[in-house]
Amino acid sequence: MIQLFAFYLFAALVVASGAMVITARNPVHSVLWLILAFFNAAGLMILIGAEFIAMLLVIVYVGAVAVLFLFVVMMLDIDFATLRAGFVKNFPLGLSIAAVLLAEMVFGFGAWSKGGIKLGVADGTAAPLAGASNIEAIGAVLYGRYLFLFESAGVVLLVAMIGAIVLTHRQRGDVKSQNISAQNARRPQDATINTQPEVGGGVKL
Amino acid sequence: MTAFFQAHLGLSYEWAWLLSTIAGILLIALPLMLGVAMIIYADRKIWAAMALRRGPNVVGPLGLLQSFADGLKVFLQETIVPTAANKGIFLIGPIVTFTVALLAWAVVPFNSGAILADINVGLLYVLAISSLGVYGMIMAGWASNSKYPFFSAMRASAQMISYEVSIGFILICVVLWAGSFNLGTIVAQQKGHVFGLLNGFGFNPLLFPMAVMFLISSMAETQRAPFDLAEAESELVAGYQTEYSSMAFALFWLGEYGNVLLMCALNATLFWGGYLPPLDLPFLYMVPGVVWLLIKIFVFFFIFSWVKATVPRYRYDQLMRLGWKVFLPVSLLFVVLVSGYLMATGHFA
Repeated sequence: MIQLFAFYLFAALVVASGAMVITARNPVHSVLWLILAFFNAAGLMILIGAEFIAMLLVIVYVGAVAVLFLFVVMMLDIDFATLRAGFVKNFPLGLSIAAVLLAEMVFGFGAWSKGGIKLGVADGTAAPLAGASNIEAIGAVLYGRYLFLFESAGVVLLVAMIGAIVLTHRQRGDVKSQNISAQNARRPQDATINTQPEVGGGVKL
Repeated sequence: MTAFFQAHLGLSYEWAWLLSTIAGILLIALPLMLGVAMIIYADRKIWAAMALRRGPNVVGPLGLLQSFADGLKVFLQETIVPTAANKGIFLIGPIVTFTVALLAWAVVPFNSGAILADINVGLLYVLAISSLGVYGMIMAGWASNSKYPFFSAMRASAQMISYEVSIGFILICVVLWAGSFNLGTIVAQQKGHVFGLLNGFGFNPLLFPMAVMFLISSMAETQRAPFDLAEAESELVAGYQTEYSSMAFALFWLGEYGNVLLMCALNATLFWGGYLPPLDLPFLYMVPGVVWLLIKIFVFFFIFSWVKATVPRYRYDQLMRLGWKVFLPVSLLFVVLVSGYLMATGHFA
């Protein structure tokens, strides 16, 4: 009964906050509703026993991605009147995307209800370990059977990261950068001198 | 505790579970609130002693009731919401900070088996909750609709995200050695870790640098001095708390100290044996585990206070350099070293 209550609570909150994401007038409110939706989706995942995915959802999406969203949205000065003016023009496009997504979901669930598709060779290496926790099962599959796919995903991410840096990086000649080790190695006697100048003699620097 | 409720009150399993969970939450949250009040007093006393002052000494014997007097004072103050503020988010901000500070205690083991939520992703849960902590500050800073709080929110979030990266790598070293994400198992794995005598990963030469870095990172993560740039009073008035008064302000305060206590508990649990005594000698186990944990938490809190009293505040670029250019590469190196050592010695076999 508690599971049922928790499921309906999380599910209702996901749907409600998802609706609030697109109806909220203020984009910062939208992002905050989105965070609530992520959070409740994580709760749903815990209910089906996928606690590792749930924690990753919170750490990655709530902890990192949504913070960046929030940063960007807070800093931008968005004029909503102009944004909303394009609503009627973009409505057919949005409707067709929604129709495509709905059709895909209908097909997906229809196919799923008819039985799973055999994508790989059933040699047992991809099967979850019996009695193992989420983390052990995912680790065994990810670093065993799908090791090369996993590593190539890592390489793709690395290329994307380097690409972004190369595209935005500019060499500038007029930058004064700090040399931290030189600064830390500096002692008082390198920077100051004690002299006893003659009266009226002044100090030669 | 569920079994106790089932046997003695004749409840069904689900109701017994619900009641025992609520009782467990209260058993953790209420002493924690008392602990936060007393630790604020301790902080002020330690700080005063290091500055050769007396500290609070008027309210109650030795000033012990000072925090409660302060609490009563802010409770009776008027809650002021600035007219330009975004009211809802302005009020949710401190609530989020306070709630998040309490949430992560669910997975802290107080004794062998005395853990509210004994989940096998305990450490990931801690990471997830601590990544939520930043939202209280961002919300407060943005909703105040004022420049200093906004700057402070930006600083706080950049700082917390930066240090979470190296904290993640440090935790990976611990997880590799313990072979589990469950905090209870991590503590159990530390029993007799070095020479079969010393309880704690921190005594291990390969993990000791990680313990030190985790302590420093936890200061940065909780916005404590010398990393309290989000509330650098010489630059930003009071940072994201500037527009807050009354209980909303007090919630920030309680949340901040709750987070500090949590980080002390995590330092103790992950590296220094948690509820285990420091030495694996039978007579030391006569002292209950929760006492050892509390002693360790207080030792770490003393270090936090000590640092706050003696170390000057970092500059923001120094803070970022420490996080990204020192801690991140060093912790990555130690992930390689620790996993290499464990593979070479056949730890996983």
